Amino acid sequence: MSYQKSSFYHPRLPVNDLGLTYRDYEGALSTLCAGCGHDAITSAIVQACFELSLPPHQVAKMSGIGCSSKAPNYFLNKSHGFNSVHGRMPSVTTGANLANRDLTYLAMSGDGDSASIGLGQFAHVVRRQLNMLYVVANNGVYGLTKGQLAATADKGVTNKGGELSLFSDIDLCVMALQLGATFVARSFSGDKKQLVPLIKAAMSHQGFAFIDIVSPCVTFNNHASSTRSYDYVHEHITTAAVTDFIPVKTEITSDCQAGVCEDICLHDGSLMRIHKLQADYDTKNAMKAINDIESHKQKGEILTGLFYLDPNGESFHDVNNSSDTPLNQLKQEVLCPGNRVLSSINDSFR
Amino acid sequence: MKNTDTSSYQHFLKVVDCQHACPAHTPVPEYIRLIAEKRYTEAYMINWQSNVFPGVLGRVCDRPCEPACRRTRVEAEPVAICRLKRVASDYKEDIYSYLPSIPQQKNTKRIALIGAGPASLTVARDLLPLGYEVVLYERDAKAGGMMRSQIPAFRLPETVLDEELNYILQMGVECHFGEEITSLAKLLQAKFDAIFIGTGAPSGRWLEIPGHDLASDHIKVGINWLANVSFKHTEEAPKRVVVLGGGNTAMDCCRTAKRLGASEVNVLVRSSFDAMKASPWEKADAQAEGITITPDHSPIEYVISGGKFIGVRFEKVASSYDEHGKRTLRATGETILVECDLVLVAVGQDTAFPWIERDIGLKFNKWQQPTLNKETLQSSLAQVFFGGDAAFGPENIITAVANGHQAAISIDLFCQGKDTQQDRPEAGFNLVSQKMGIHDWSYQSGISHEQRHQVPHIAWEEAVKQLNTEVELGFDEKLALEEAHRCLNCDVHTVFNENTCIECSACDDICPMDCINFVDVDQHSDKNAEQIIDKLRVKEINPQQELLVSPALKTGRIMIKDEDVCLHCGLCAERCPTGAWDMKKLMIDNIGATIK
Ligand SMILES: Cc1cc2nc3c(=O)[nH]c(=O)nc-3n(C[C@H](O)[C@H](O)[C@H](O)COP(=O)(O)OP(=O)(O)OC[C@H]3O[C@@H](n4cnc5c(N)ncnc54)[C@H](O)[C@@H]3O)c2cc1C
Ligand SMILES: Cc1ncc(C[n+]2csc(CCOP(=O)(O)OP(=O)(O)O)c2C)c(N)n1
Ligand code: SF4
Ligand code: SF4
Ligand code: SF4
Ligand SMILES: [Mg+2]
Repeated sequence: MSYQKSSFYHPRLPVNDLGLTYRDYEGALSTLCAGCGHDAITSAIVQACFELSLPPHQVAKMSGIGCSSKAPNYFLNKSHGFNSVHGRMPSVTTGANLANRDLTYLAMSGDGDSASIGLGQFAHVVRRQLNMLYVVANNGVYGLTKGQLAATADKGVTNKGGELSLFSDIDLCVMALQLGATFVARSFSGDKKQLVPLIKAAMSHQGFAFIDIVSPCVTFNNHASSTRSYDYVHEHITTAAVTDFIPVKTEITSDCQAGVCEDICLHDGSLMRIHKLQADYDTKNAMKAINDIESHKQKGEILTGLFYLDPNGESFHDVNNSSDTPLNQLKQEVLCPGNRVLSSINDSFR
Repeated sequence: MKNTDTSSYQHFLKVVDCQHACPAHTPVPEYIRLIAEKRYTEAYMINWQSNVFPGVLGRVCDRPCEPACRRTRVEAEPVAICRLKRVASDYKEDIYSYLPSIPQQKNTKRIALIGAGPASLTVARDLLPLGYEVVLYERDAKAGGMMRSQIPAFRLPETVLDEELNYILQMGVECHFGEEITSLAKLLQAKFDAIFIGTGAPSGRWLEIPGHDLASDHIKVGINWLANVSFKHTEEAPKRVVVLGGGNTAMDCCRTAKRLGASEVNVLVRSSFDAMKASPWEKADAQAEGITITPDHSPIEYVISGGKFIGVRFEKVASSYDEHGKRTLRATGETILVECDLVLVAVGQDTAFPWIERDIGLKFNKWQQPTLNKETLQSSLAQVFFGGDAAFGPENIITAVANGHQAAISIDLFCQGKDTQQDRPEAGFNLVSQKMGIHDWSYQSGISHEQRHQVPHIAWEEAVKQLNTEVELGFDEKLALEEAHRCLNCDVHTVFNENTCIECSACDDICPMDCINFVDVDQHSDKNAEQIIDKLRVKEINPQQELLVSPALKTGRIMIKDEDVCLHCGLCAERCPTGAWDMKKLMIDNIGATIK
């Protein structure tokens, strides 16, 4: 068994604006099962952060419990990280974000972590519009505890042990759309061409971004009757549009034809360029997105791609009108201004 | 883009660059692995099979394998392949029981070998176990060719040479030492089924510049002078010696002169220092022994004054290169006189065939070299074969050995009445899985990041005092094992099975070297390779290296592995959930037949 990945790297590897190669964004060697979709997500995150030239020390990796929640250990080993209690990552992230709004919050959770024990936390963090990227690795099971059905499993499927899924699935994208997320997408761990630009856009987005990533559990949910197996996903996946991410500094050379192409300008000036495959594709209509997701599901298809984007939506700090300076940088006197200010506040209520 | 043909060994052998670069295709990583397991005798025998003189070559080989070593693509220095060969030789046990048995019952075919250099001796080694009778003619008193007469003992001790020559001679060669062949026509009349000519390139060039005739007492041809030293006809050198030339012969001349008492030894060469033909390590050793190397100087005159030889006059020249890398020398007009008592001329050597009659049907080309088939080494006289320096001019020992193997195959075919080209055997091959457990390999798959280890040597001040003491001490066991671990096991191949791949991308995600790609091929626009290469993780590929291209996978994509910088670390195979990747060792059963 190799416990180490060689530190040798390809001599002609590109470097980003910070002079780093993508290898500088890696983490520890993964201990997940060989072939786990989560490792492919890891690699897409590494690639996205590298391409965005993110300074690793300005990223905080947040997670709960599960194989998916272990994954942050395998990327960005120079970043901050917090591996919280099962299903409680949203609260911890909220706290961290309150204390330091300047970090980029990258959260990785599982469908068990978010759709079962953490469903309440999930709902509230969406509603709260916390500025973060929330990624769920959706494999339809609890991988870490040996493959019990997750609440995202389709009704009627059986897990590897033969247990039947009796109830209808929770679709976290649909929930996120209902609860006011300003960036919602679904992708597949095995499609980095789609996934990497989505992650880059979601990390550049101001506001709550959610990506549900179908990520096969090769050990407990890759059998013939599964709807999250590699083969099933390869055969049933579809998309309504192809998205590119164009960073701020890039000169745009090809033009965008109305009707088939659309550019969406993100908060930081970067662009999402959308090549429509379906004429009625619309990133501004959450209701329609919910409809599209459900109607594809009824046809037995997995719809992926960007579902909804509101580049100008408000986020938690806007709503609360909180201090521009992160709280952790404020001096004690400013954070706790003392009796005089307290009595003037109290007076205002009299 | 064409799928890689994995039904023959060609693709796989090409990936093992060191082995591919070795003229005899020595299975380098295989013997290095055996050394890493302290199985020195087996490591020695692997070498002995392919290159016949592991102890010799582990000291003096030109080592074409090392610049080819894949390690140089990921760090500065190659594996010390050559000196590890010496390790196998130094630490081996008695090998007599491993030597091939020689049939008592001969096959009635008699072969004559002319010259007892490495080329002829390889032919003998290959043919004796097949039952041939081998008759060797050598004009010197002992076998070895230039390995004995020219390569100095401080680089190659006589005991090492004798040992390896004896393994062959004791197989039952009928030796005629001190017998020079003066007529091929006469030999053709003797009852030989085939004749192999391995007479080397024994004729050293003179440099006929003004003053040559008058100064001739003070000028010696380097290779002859070296032979005189090894045969103890020359036992001292004057105080001031000039060596002309920049190849390995020049390096041996200057170092030998120093040992015979010269105190001022100056090597002057027309080329720049970097362009000198001598191997970098030979130059470094000469300089370490206090020898002056003066590049960019072209000799123009042997200077005589008052009837006395004074020295050599040189003109300073400048090298310039055109876009094809061709060099031109421009005279600068500046001259210098280097005073000396002896000039050793080491500016090249040639073959000499005054003893081959030109009317017996053996064709020569315009450079007076025999016309040969490059692969079979057969001449225009069907029963006469050539090899080593005699075949294509001066090369090196390992080329002579490789030629010996080629010629032995040809002679064997010829003696059975078969066609030496059409009936040539092809090597068989096998790819053997190295899997031991789920994530366990039978080779050390972890990558060592250690730098190349230097070979210990005796103190330079001591070295120059001793004519016959070997300078290098060889690796001790600790260094040897560390150096062996640097080898990347390039013969343990990543073998891909497109039928079991589920396209989970685990291999391409884990690979530290970005070798593996799963590429969409659009039937309409991806017709040419360039467009496909543009989709690789690292688009700037090394055109010298192979791509492993799979047939279409389930989704229609293809897998392309760039072999260029693969570390053979096995992580791709460890990460593959279906065993679509496996690490398999290339085994070739008749390496001689791969030499083309
Ligand atoms: C100074 C010097 C240093 C070298 N150093 C190295 C080195 O470090 N590494 C390396 O790989 N190579 C080295 N070489 C080259 C190497 O020695 C030769 O390439 C190699 O020995 C060629 O082998 P061969 O079998 O073709 O012929 P040779 O080794 O030249 O042997 C030919 C034999 O044929 C005999 N012979 C010739 N004509 C007749 C005849 N008519 N009848 C009978 N016998 C005859 C000769 O006496 C000789 O013994 C060096 C060469 C020189 C000159
Ligand atoms: C409070 C608590 N309850 C239950 C568990 C047991 N447990 C560990 S991981 C897990 C489910 C993980 O599933 P998911 O989030 O989908 O991650 P996956 O392993 O599938 O990636 C459960 C139930 C726990 N660790 N803590
Ligand atoms: S159990 Fe499933 S989810 Fe967990 S590491 Fe293995 S394949 Fe991945
Ligand atoms: S690393 Fe080892 S196998 Fe690879 S080329 Fe170098 S010596 Fe040969
Ligand atoms: S052995 Fe596999 S993982 Fe290792 S460098 Fe080669 S292709 Fe990459
Ligand atoms: Mg799960």
